[in-house]
Amino acid sequence: MSALLEVEELRVAYGKFEAVRGVSFAIEPGQVVTIIGPNGAGKSTTLLATIGLLPSKGRLSFEGRDFRRLDVEARVAHGLSLVPEKRELFGNLSVLDNLQLGAYSRGESARAMRDSLREVFDRFPRLEERKSQLASTLSGGERQMLALGRALMSRPRLLLLDEPSLGLAPLIVREIFSILQTLRRSGVSILLVEQNARAALELADYAYVMEIGEISLAGRAEELIGDERIVSSYLGGVFADEKPAAIARG
Amino acid sequence: MTRPAFRIVLGVLAAALAALPFVVGGFAITLLNYVGIYALAALGLVLLTGMGGLTSFGQAAFVGIGAYASAYLTTAQGLPPLIGLVAAVATTGGVALLLGAVTLKLGGHFLPLSTIAWGIAISLLFGNIEALGRHNGIANIPPVSVGPVSFFTAESMYYLVGLTLAGAMWLSSNLLDSREGRAIRSLRSGAAMVESLGISVFRTRLAVFVIAGIFAGISGWLYAHMQRFISPAPFELRTGIEYLLMAVAGGSGHILGAVVGAALITFLKSVLQDVLPLLTSNSAQLEIVIYGCLFILLLQYARGGVIPFILRLAPKRRAPPPARITGVLPKQDRSAPDATMLEIVAVTKRFGGLVAVNEVSLKLRAGEILGLIGPNGAGKSTLFNAITGTDKPSSGKIVFRGRDVTHVPARKIAALGMARTFQHVKLRPNMSLLENVALGAYLRSRCGFLGGALRLARAEEAAIRADAMRQLERVGLADRFADLAGNLPLASQRLLEIARSLAADPVLLVLDEPAAGLRRMEKEALASLLHRLREEGLTILLVEHDMDFVMNLVDRLVVLDFGSKLAEGPPSQIRANLQVQQAYLGVAA
Amino acid sequence: MNLEIAGILAQDGIANGAIYVLMAIGMVMIFAVTRVLFVPFGDLSAFAALTLASFQLGRMPATVWLVVLLSALATAAELLRIARKREWHAAHKSLALYLVAPNAPVLLTLLLAGESMHAAAEVVLSIALVVPIGPLLYRIAFRPLADAPILVLLIVAVALHFAVSGVALLFFGPEGFRTRPFVSGEIAIGEVVVSMQVALIVVSSVVFSFLFFVVFEKTMAGKALRATAVNRIGARIVGIRPFRTGGLAFLLGSALAAISGILVSPVATFFFDSGFMIGLKAFVGAIVGGLASYPLAALGAIFVGLLESYSSFWSSAFKEILVFGILIPVLLWRSLAFAQVEEEEEELDEVET
Repeated sequence: MSALLEVEELRVAYGKFEAVRGVSFAIEPGQVVTIIGPNGAGKSTTLLATIGLLPSKGRLSFEGRDFRRLDVEARVAHGLSLVPEKRELFGNLSVLDNLQLGAYSRGESARAMRDSLREVFDRFPRLEERKSQLASTLSGGERQMLALGRALMSRPRLLLLDEPSLGLAPLIVREIFSILQTLRRSGVSILLVEQNARAALELADYAYVMEIGEISLAGRAEELIGDERIVSSYLGGVFADEKPAAIARG
Repeated sequence: MTRPAFRIVLGVLAAALAALPFVVGGFAITLLNYVGIYALAALGLVLLTGMGGLTSFGQAAFVGIGAYASAYLTTAQGLPPLIGLVAAVATTGGVALLLGAVTLKLGGHFLPLSTIAWGIAISLLFGNIEALGRHNGIANIPPVSVGPVSFFTAESMYYLVGLTLAGAMWLSSNLLDSREGRAIRSLRSGAAMVESLGISVFRTRLAVFVIAGIFAGISGWLYAHMQRFISPAPFELRTGIEYLLMAVAGGSGHILGAVVGAALITFLKSVLQDVLPLLTSNSAQLEIVIYGCLFILLLQYARGGVIPFILRLAPKRRAPPPARITGVLPKQDRSAPDATMLEIVAVTKRFGGLVAVNEVSLKLRAGEILGLIGPNGAGKSTLFNAITGTDKPSSGKIVFRGRDVTHVPARKIAALGMARTFQHVKLRPNMSLLENVALGAYLRSRCGFLGGALRLARAEEAAIRADAMRQLERVGLADRFADLAGNLPLASQRLLEIARSLAADPVLLVLDEPAAGLRRMEKEALASLLHRLREEGLTILLVEHDMDFVMNLVDRLVVLDFGSKLAEGPPSQIRANLQVQQAYLGVAA
Repeated sequence: MNLEIAGILAQDGIANGAIYVLMAIGMVMIFAVTRVLFVPFGDLSAFAALTLASFQLGRMPATVWLVVLLSALATAAELLRIARKREWHAAHKSLALYLVAPNAPVLLTLLLAGESMHAAAEVVLSIALVVPIGPLLYRIAFRPLADAPILVLLIVAVALHFAVSGVALLFFGPEGFRTRPFVSGEIAIGEVVVSMQVALIVVSSVVFSFLFFVVFEKTMAGKALRATAVNRIGARIVGIRPFRTGGLAFLLGSALAAISGILVSPVATFFFDSGFMIGLKAFVGAIVGGLASYPLAALGAIFVGLLESYSSFWSSAFKEILVFGILIPVLLWRSLAFAQVEEEEEELDEVET
């Protein structure tokens, strides 16, 4: 079974600062993989390098295709989609416009567009209620939904999520994660970067823990829940200088 | 090239320049005169744009003001040219002051746009005022005369222009090496950094704007009395962009860049004026097309200009370390009433509908190290900005050393004894470590612009440098004092920023994620430095994400979550606190 | 000044303003999408006017040589980029865009110039010749500087203006030209009598402004342009390439500039440098609109037209000074409104390497 996404020895630097120092992971089709860890660990950087918004070194292949030479727009056209940490919505456009632009890379016919919109609105009824409103007038939770809906419009084969719970009240986080559960059941592969370790581990199949630019722990999500080492990684204790246990694929 | 050899080359060059009029013909001398005059105007732009980061398209208008002021007074009013010089300086300085006061508060691209606006407006004025001869200009301008000596030959002007330019370069060089000069050079790091050092961005910008204007005015004076005739044409926007081209082509980051650039462009003009008529009957038009294309290519491929290439040939000047002098700079008053250094009372910050910080209160005791932590989005940076004066809270009170500083700007808070570092290090990469640290001592010194240009405060300057050296020693970077800050690795850059903060002799040091991007050993070194500083009497407040770093460093922790204070206490207590764990690790979905 | 004169001046002002409206909208659009303050906008209008004048005089407009040169430079730049990135599979697209498309009107012109053409054909060909210049300039001058600070882009734009107007002087000489009006006669609206050409200008401005709004509100391409303007990263992650939208913005802007020039050329005498002045005045209008709002930019442009008209009544010499002087308080006012939102503290270390 060939992996959907394979990343090997990824290195990303901001000027002098090496934020990601040789990270390797893989995602199988239909799998939900999460990268958790404290702030500043390099998780978002890893995601941004995967979609191509940041330059990186190392190997990166998607569905067997070498992605390193492709720019962001090409990667998106090949089936990757990102829900960024800062949402990056088009505030001056309506909810509907934002969603339609999400399908831009597919160049769809009007009918196909209608079908995709229908699917998204079924998942996010609140967005349908607000479809003519400007994106800038939405609440935090609604914006997150819109960002997610927009990413889904391109019918991605791999969905990348950057800290979806950020800045959201616990109730909304719950709502978002239950939507992610239904997504998962419908077979969408997901790479989820999250600070909220508990929610992420409950959703995912497989998990990697990142600290200071490196992976310090890896394993099946259900086995890592409650692992004391994770508490240490967030609140002090384990140092990334200790090499992690062998990273087996789930 | 070795040092003695370099000196000999310089000496020979200087002698050659002085002897030139005896060797070379009149045309070449005249050309050099123009180079000198343009270089003076370009020098103003090097200071303004290269050092101060303010792009101006209107330098030619100021040259025109100087030229017309003197031309008018020496022809219509029959006054001597030296009075014309005074008038040129006074009018350009005055107009620059006025224009600057109005437009320098504009940020981003609005400022250069405004220079286009008044650049055109002023040059149009020249052509429309009756007393200035309208489009015919002013003729029969007398040559400069000092007593019996009259500068009407090209050779005599050569020396006048040369000495004036040399004088301006000397003054500029002195200024840039002094307290206010460092302030000018810091402008490019952005208002937040500059104001955090107690420097007024507006005042510094205005000063360098006026200086650039005055240099242009003097250039105009020389121009008028050399050509003996002026018209509105040479003072239009088109010439303004030629001056900018000179500064950029020569190298806008260096004083010599003005001369090199002026020489390059003037010689280019001269060559084009010879060659182009052979190719086409429209040579004058083609000239400006060539300049335009040249400028664009320059900006795309060699924005630093020619000088950086030349500098690579020069020897590395091994500057001697500053002399050790003790305590000439005033120290901060260290007394804090009732040992509460900083008190935050029910501070709230709203951005539109979002409450970023919600009624947070905390007390920072003198001599302690307090850590402010919390998950991403908890409101730490917002609170941090409120404390340092970068932003104002929506409600609540902040009291620093017994004074209410809630609505006090960052500059004044710095003067009260708070120094800060930045999450993304803000240093001057092209200044040495010593100079970067010396920047921090701005509030402890007093030398002004004039004093700096005339080297009047050497004792104070020596004291500043000695103090800066001491701070470098404190952080362990003393042996690299002459290196350029841009060449340091990140960890050293963070230490350098701390050294700069220490140069202000603060009572409270506020650090923004100082450990970000550091490796384990570097963090240990940083932690021991901070402990040492605390022992020497400093109070420290830091915002941090790195829990390992923080747990072993601070006396107390304050945890924020969703804008509110979640917990407060010693590290071990916080570590074990279940609510804190939940805040960090997240709620089950 | 009595009411009648005030009325005539107002008419004049609005007619002038209508000219500036199209340009102002074009400048705002280009800035919004590409962060470039396209100063040479007015020069392109002048080029269009002068090109049409050449056709009408039975001469070959030298504009073709500019297009050929720019096309060659852009193609070379593209080939270099393709070679470096080894994207040869996309080469045909680049060639179509930068080599074939711009030179099609050139070929037509070479074939037809000197022959007598239908007036409409002359107009269309003039526009077709000038339209490629914008995107070609974008490719050659601005795209390599896509991440440069706005100030550098501004300097480049100003430098370009001098280059372009210098070329105009080379090609067309220092004389002024006025083209034959498309429509003759006059039209009376109540007591006011207006030449048909002026009426045409006003009507066209309204029509094109309307078309413009429709494109931006109703088409995907238009929305993609607006999206890129407000969020470059967001655009990229849905597959919109900012360089494409940049090129498109310049194409539309170029077209607007050309159309403005053609519309105005029967009414005003165009010299090689007329474009700059007109462009700058339109620009004042754009600034009034905060460089972000199309309706406000249009209003600002009309305001400038009226200001010019009334101040020329007092003194024609000082009217230009007034218009540019006004820019300063407008900038101040706008920067206050703009301040916190747009102005990030840019570290300017990029300007010197």
